[in-house]
Formats: sequence, structure tokens, C-alpha cells
Amino acid sequence: MKHLTALILASSTALFATAAAADQTNIRVAMQLEPPNLDPTAGAAQAVDSVVYSNIFEGLTRFMSDGSVVPGLAESWEISDDGLVYTFHLRSGVTFHDGSTMDAEDVKFSLDRARAEDSTNAQKALFAGITDVTVVDPLTVQITLGEPNGAMLFNLAWGDAVIVAPESIADAATHPIGTGAFMFDNWVQGDHIDIVRNPNYWGTPAALESATFRFISDPTAAFAAMMAEDVDVFVGFPAPENLPQFEADPRFQVLVGNTEGETILAMNNAQAPFDNVLVREAVAHAIDRQAVIDGAMYGIGTPIGTHFAPHNPDYVDLTALSAYDPDRSRELLAEAGFPDGFTTTLKLPPPSYARRGGEIIASQLRAVGINAEIENQEWAQWLENTFRGYDFGMTIVSHTEPMDIGIYANPEYYFQYDNPDFQALMTTLTSTTDPEERSNLLAQAQTMIAEDYVVGFLFELAVPTVARAGIEGLWLNQPTAAIDLTGVSWP
Amino acid sequence: MTLPRSLILGTFLSVLFLGAALLSFVWTPYDIQTLSIPSRLQTPSLTHWLGTDQLGRDILSMIMMGARTSIAVALLAVGIGMGLGVPLGLLAAARRGSLLDELIMRGNDLIFAFPSLVIAILITAVFGASAMNAIVAIGIFNIPVFARLTRGAALSLWSRDFILAARVSGKSATRISVEHILPNIANLMIVQGTIQFSLGILAEAALSYIGLGAQPPTASWGRMLADAQTLASIAPHVALMPGLAIVFMVLGLNLMGDGLRDLLDPRLQVART
Repeated sequence: MKHLTALILASSTALFATAAAADQTNIRVAMQLEPPNLDPTAGAAQAVDSVVYSNIFEGLTRFMSDGSVVPGLAESWEISDDGLVYTFHLRSGVTFHDGSTMDAEDVKFSLDRARAEDSTNAQKALFAGITDVTVVDPLTVQITLGEPNGAMLFNLAWGDAVIVAPESIADAATHPIGTGAFMFDNWVQGDHIDIVRNPNYWGTPAALESATFRFISDPTAAFAAMMAEDVDVFVGFPAPENLPQFEADPRFQVLVGNTEGETILAMNNAQAPFDNVLVREAVAHAIDRQAVIDGAMYGIGTPIGTHFAPHNPDYVDLTALSAYDPDRSRELLAEAGFPDGFTTTLKLPPPSYARRGGEIIASQLRAVGINAEIENQEWAQWLENTFRGYDFGMTIVSHTEPMDIGIYANPEYYFQYDNPDFQALMTTLTSTTDPEERSNLLAQAQTMIAEDYVVGFLFELAVPTVARAGIEGLWLNQPTAAIDLTGVSWP
Repeated sequence: MTLPRSLILGTFLSVLFLGAALLSFVWTPYDIQTLSIPSRLQTPSLTHWLGTDQLGRDILSMIMMGARTSIAVALLAVGIGMGLGVPLGLLAAARRGSLLDELIMRGNDLIFAFPSLVIAILITAVFGASAMNAIVAIGIFNIPVFARLTRGAALSLWSRDFILAARVSGKSATRISVEHILPNIANLMIVQGTIQFSLGILAEAALSYIGLGAQPPTASWGRMLADAQTLASIAPHVALMPGLAIVFMVLGLNLMGDGLRDLLDPRLQVART
């Protein structure tokens, strides 16, 4: 009997050993949500970019993990003195995965398609300033703007601005064909997506031969899959409470990077009592941010005092404006005409920062007399009723788009902040290209929404990545939703 | 005669939780509305007998408040089931063989045919997750249980001589059902009620576990379990305590139900003597 056990043990060890050796050219990556489709130019879902950004599709410019914008398919560019004409020089010898050549015509097609009247691009605003795209020669393309836009190169780095081919775009939702270092291989819906190395890549070829994306939304299952080494990397690990265990385990490494996710307690500015700035200020002072970060995120996350990423050089620390001060909060409530507080709703989407954070915030609000009735919603329900239907008093959500302070200039956006001064400020910002002047305007914008207490600014979401020890080249930060595997390798 | 041992143990456990639930109206060791993040995930100690949860709340207080939710939901759900099921069953028995009897019983079959938890999920998903909707959902599935049992028991009584005598004396079917049949099947209903009550506790925990029961900050054993899930490897007591509460409450009710049946069922009494 003892021999049998030993035999089984020995053979299973051998099995594991071969599996590990074979793994060196393949990587199994897990993420929480499965993308609804694989066309980054037609959907808003972040999960699409997580799979395809840089791996399959590339744009003229691209983000690096530190947030910088570097050349992508465009090797270099010139900007005219008036800031209106951008001339991009494309790399030569770039082909799509189906073998066709990527040239200026494809760039024109992609950008015209994205900014067209009937475009389904989720970020049409990125292209709003473009008035014309002209092909100069097969490797040169000119983009003309209506007015100067200091953020143009940044905009073109988004996953929504990638270059696609007219011949293959129709099937991109299920069979994406791009220019990236990986080619789409197979998608078993509800289970996994396989990509393989592109042998004809124009740049440095990927170190990995293939990669598999798996989708695990349940935090307990995520923990189990990682511990059992069923997956090699988990980007956006959903249970921060388990991170210390991975850190203590020599089999794993934990990377905690920052994201562009400003997590806010949104208040319905168009609805009483939140149409009163005193009430909003009272809510802001009632919240103990650090307790929310510690309780909901187990300490990972940076407090914010306005809608801006703290790692951005233009960030202004305004957390003091809304410091935790329950007494001040009660005074403000009394001043606003609610000495006994009031009752409102708090709608919570599924992520743990919202569910757990909501429970903590509801308790903090109760301490100053505000009774926030919690309602947990699924994403579909939240998008329909809260985000689009405006049916909420308060809600918690993380805004993960980079540089998205402009959402406060849209009075139709779900929290319905309507301030003409801010809208004018944003218009000025868009047409300003001078970096110093832009910093100045951004500081003004941050201060304006903080002083108006538009929403409760909570914290900048951190993204934990858990990976097998030794894997190198993973993105630490998430300047945009992406799991860029082009530089990833096993030891 | 001596009381069955299962009845004593079962009643003890049930009364313990009922007492804790009642006590929670006036006193709990700590206020569960106040969170204390720095003192979270403490293991059981003299200050926190059952430890603290992931938000620093006292688990003993949470379990007392959770007992209140569980008992209230299960009690009301059994109330709905009995209140509607028993009259329906009596009516079906009184009109046995008629079209009405068929309608009632086939309607019951229809409800019975669905897996109860799936329909409970449907109801709470459509009408929103709340303790009230959980009560209605669980209550609806108690109706056929009581209706069938009542009809079966009542039918056997309708052929007995004392009922025949009552009919001959001119009493209406309604009066006979209420005055003669109901008292004779009451024991059966009490026993079944206890069993259904324990199933109601389980159903409430299941619905809360998947987020369709009572919403926070109302304490609920099922949600305590769900929240503690990812903590199982760090702080197992956070999951263990509400789990044990559910086990002991359900065990207690089932033992009590068994004991009551032994005590009240006349056939078993005959067998014993």
C-alpha cells in the first residue's frame, strides 16, 4: 500500500514537472470578466482592451505601463506650428495577421470609421476634433484638426483608436485581425481565449509562443485557481484580503500598481437634497476615506480629493477640503435644513470596492444622521437604472478611463453636474496646447469640482496582479485597461 | 410518561436562538451598526466571545441580530403557508371529488413541481431583493405542503363515525371542517410547521447567501457566510460562526419536530404502550 502511494506521488510529481516545463512558452492569464466581443473599436467593455490592446491591435501611438505615450505603428510625427496638422510617418513592412499590408489607407479608414456619424465607437469624443485625414503616400498620413488639441497623441494611444483593416473589421467581434505581436487563435465562449505568437511581427517578437486568457469572476474561485497553479497570472485579483498570503508564498509574486480608476461616491446633483452644495459637503466630511480603503481594499489605494489620478504630475492634493470631520458634517446638515438628517438610496454595483465600501460608507453616514438605504445591483441593472435611468441618490463606482475629468462638463452624465463655468474651462483646456497653461487649467478644474463637492472623492483604485514567481515583463500599472503580454517571459 | 430526549435537546436549542433573537431587540454585546476597521478579524476572546468580522463588528452580536432576521422570515413564511394552505386543504377535502378539489390540488401540484429555491430566486430577482420578498417567496412554497397534508388527513376523518354524526345533525361542511376536523389535525400541523420552519431558516440563509435576501445593514446568517468566504483561509472563525448558527438552529428545530411527532402522534402512542 505504501509503495502504491509512493508510486502515485512520484508519477504525479513527474506529471507536474513536465507540465511546468511545457509551460515555459505558454502563459495562462486570468481576469475577472469575459469580454462580450473582441472589437475594441465598437464596444465600451474594458475586458475587450484587456485581451486585445497591444497584443492583437495597435494604434499610431501607444501607452507604456508608466502611462507615457510612445510611438506605435507611427515611427515618428511632426506637428505644424499652429498645432492643427499632424503628419505621421508609418513603420514600413507592417502586415496584418491575414497577410495584407498595413498602410496609410488603413489608418485613414480606421480614423474615418471611428469618427463617422454612425460610428459605434465607445469613445467618439477622442476623435471629435479631427476634421480631415489624408493619405500623403502609403507610409505617410496627415491628420487635420479643427482647433489645436494638446491631447491628440494621447487620444490616439487609446484602445479605441487602434488601426484596423477594412477587409477584416466586419468579423472583428469574434475573429480580430490586427498588427500585434500575437494573433487570435480560438475563443471558447464562457471559458477561454487563445492567442498565438505572430511570426511576421514588425517589431521585437513576443517571447511567449502562446497565451490563454481565462475568466474567473468569483473571488474564492480566483484564490483557489491561483493557489492550485491552474493559472499563471491573475490581473485585477478580486480579493485584496488574500494578497498577504500570496506575498508570503515563494511560489508567487504580487504587483500592486495604480490605475486611472477614480473611485467616487456619486451623488445625484439634479435631485434634492443633493442639489444643495451644503448637503454634498456634509456627505464629503462624513466619510473617513482611510477606513474605506482599509476596510474595502485592505489598505491598497490612494486617497483622492478630486477627480484626478494622484500619480499624474498635474494632480493637486485637495483631500484636506473634504477631510473626515463628522461634527462639521452635522453642522452643515443643520445649516442646509436637515438637522435630523435625511434618508436616501445607495445603489451598489458588484465590485467589492462598491459592495464593501458601501457598507462602510453607509455606517459612516448613519453616524451623522444620513440614512443611506443600500441596494445591491448587478451591472446590467446598474447601467440601466442608475447610470442611464438617473434613479439613485448615491452610488459608488470607479471611473477607470484615463484623464476623464471632462465627464464633469457633461450635464447629462449620470451625476448630472451642470456648471457652465466648468464646461467653459474644459472647452478652453481642449484648445490649449501649451503644457504649462494646460497644467494651470487642469489645476483650476480639479479645484472647481472639489470646492463644489460634486461627488464624494474616495480613492484611486489600485490593481493587484498576482503571478507565478519569476515571470517578467508584466505591466505594473494600468494606464489603460490592458494585459500587454508582448514583453512577458518566463525565467 | 417521559418526554423524548430529542424533544428536550431540540427545544433547548430552538429556545436558545429564539431567546437570543428576542434579547437582541433590547441588548446586544456591541452595536453592529458601528464599524471598527482597526479591530477587524479578531479571533474569539473575552472581549469578543466569537471574534470580530471583516468590518470589525462583534460576531456574537451579528449572530443575535441574524437570528432575529432568520426567525422572522421563516415564521412569517410558515404563517403564509399555513394560513393559505390549511383552509385550501380543508376546502378540497370537504368538496372531495369536485372540480374545485381538482383545481386546488392540481394548482398545488403545479407549484410543487418547480424547484422551490429556483422560483424563490426568480421572485426576488423580479421584485427586488429584500427580506419581505424572501418571505413571500418562501411562503408560497409552503402553501402546497400544508394544503396536501391537510387534505390527506381531513379525508380520512370525513369517513369517521363522529363526522357522520355531525353531518346527520345538520352541520354544514364549513362548520364540520372548523369544529371537528381542524382540532383533530392540529397536532399534525404543529409538527409539520416545525419542519417547515427549519426549512424556512435554510431557505432564508440560501437566499441571503446569494445576495437576494435581507440587504445590509440588516444582519443575516447567509450573508455573513457569503462575506466570510474569501476569508476562510485567513480567519476561518468568521465563516464558521454563522455556519454553526445555521446548523444548530436547523438541527434544533428538526429534533423538536421529531420529538413533537413522537409525543403527539396518536398512532405512535399506541405503538409505545
